[in-house]
Amino acid sequence: MILGLGLPDEGSVTVLGMAPAAAISRGLVSAVMQTGGLLKDLTVRETIRLTASVFANARPVDEVLERAGISGIGDRLVGACSGGEQQRLRFALALLADPALMVLDEPTAGMDVEGRRDFWTAIRRDAEQGRTVLFATHYLEEADAYADRIILLRQGRIVADGTAAEVRNLSSGRSVQATLPGADEAALSALPGVRSVEIRGDRVLIQTLDSDAVARYLLTSTAAHDVEVVAHNLEEAFLALTGDSPLSAEPGVEDAKAT
Amino acid sequence: MSTAGPDPHRSFEARRQPALGGFNLTFLSIEVRRLLRNRRTFVLTLVVPVVLFLLLRTNKRIAIPGLEITAATTMIGIAVYGAMLASTSGGAMVSIERALGWSRQLRLTPLRPVAYVAIKILVAMILGLTSVVVVYTAGAISGVDMTPATWVLTGLLAWMASFVFAAFGLFIGYLLPSENVMQVIGPVLGIFSLFSGLFVPLSLLPSVMQDIAPYMPTYGVAAIARFPLVGGAFDLAWLLSVIVWTAAFIIAATLLFRRDTRRT
Repeated sequence: MILGLGLPDEGSVTVLGMAPAAAISRGLVSAVMQTGGLLKDLTVRETIRLTASVFANARPVDEVLERAGISGIGDRLVGACSGGEQQRLRFALALLADPALMVLDEPTAGMDVEGRRDFWTAIRRDAEQGRTVLFATHYLEEADAYADRIILLRQGRIVADGTAAEVRNLSSGRSVQATLPGADEAALSALPGVRSVEIRGDRVLIQTLDSDAVARYLLTSTAAHDVEVVAHNLEEAFLALTGDSPLSAEPGVEDAKAT
Repeated sequence: MSTAGPDPHRSFEARRQPALGGFNLTFLSIEVRRLLRNRRTFVLTLVVPVVLFLLLRTNKRIAIPGLEITAATTMIGIAVYGAMLASTSGGAMVSIERALGWSRQLRLTPLRPVAYVAIKILVAMILGLTSVVVVYTAGAISGVDMTPATWVLTGLLAWMASFVFAAFGLFIGYLLPSENVMQVIGPVLGIFSLFSGLFVPLSLLPSVMQDIAPYMPTYGVAAIARFPLVGGAFDLAWLLSVIVWTAAFIIAATLLFRRDTRRT
């Protein structure tokens, strides 16, 4: 809908203050699709030249080749490029218009580890200059590592919205462990944010939304030692927040909000 | 960033949209180059017609009552065939591009769908013209003899077939979501051509085929292309055939094109 490829059932969509089609024709919004969308019998450079020709003000071909990290394969036929190279070509095409908003739909699906890292390095470098990049992904570690702001969706509704650390906290916070012989379970349970306290011999395990308060209490008011604070990772948070129907859940991730 | 400012929306509005819906000559020239690089297209549109001509040409007039076949009439018939084959395959490229998701990719650019179709039709017609020129060159080398005016006129009229069949190609291209659309088109065009006397004069064909011939999309264009050479009475049915078929292909292609680009 942001791209104008679909229409809302009701209401209307505006992007950057205008209808999606108007934003597209001005080159304000661009997108990197997951697969397809390339002609195998053109070279990389021809594909970029062709696409550049339909914009009123396109960035120079060599510049986008450089920024997408594919200067070396400009004369290669698209059909002979690897999945990662094709994806960087799609990224180059999306850069041509110098858009204010770039939408990436599961951009690294099917890429190997190195290709994925190169791709995100290029995106990150680009976003640093103030472009808003919006991406959807199933790789939660990617969202964790590269997104400034994460929105989790469950069945079309937003269930979490914040930085990676905030979203991780939202679900079940962190767990704090410490060695504390003769721990006072009632006192620990009364601390703000504590959800559960479990005592295993000399070890206590505390699930809490405010791990700082628990740690401070343990270190200042008790004889606890070997204190460990363990964060839930984003994947656990995701499962906790979307757990009812994991199949229909898809994380939406927003990155690098423009200033 | 260029969009920074007190009212970012205003500078967004200030960004230009392309002229002519994105239609431009760079796009056109890359498309033509791409088609000629495709070996199958090259063979189909440039080699096949020439080989056919060299096989079918007759240097002596064949004496059949009411009919003269010369190398020239054969050449014109083959040129129509070549133009048709070239422009149909040019138009049908949209099928491959839809299958590859390229059409969808283009919808994320300022290129208007109408400009895209205009480019496709022009590319198809350029390919059709190339085919006519190649067949006529082969004809000239092998000694076809016509007045300069007849060369030019018949050539242009044969090229006219490209427009009709560019529309046909677009229609097929939007109808079939297949990468092998040419495998359907080849035989269909072969039947059109045979039935309308492009390869072998109609009067040599069985009477059933002669009865069907006037309803073939190629019938009118073939007769009109040969008219400057053959002379005689101009049959308005030829013109009617061209108009009706062109309109039919354009309408069918437009309907399918609308279905394809409708934003759902």
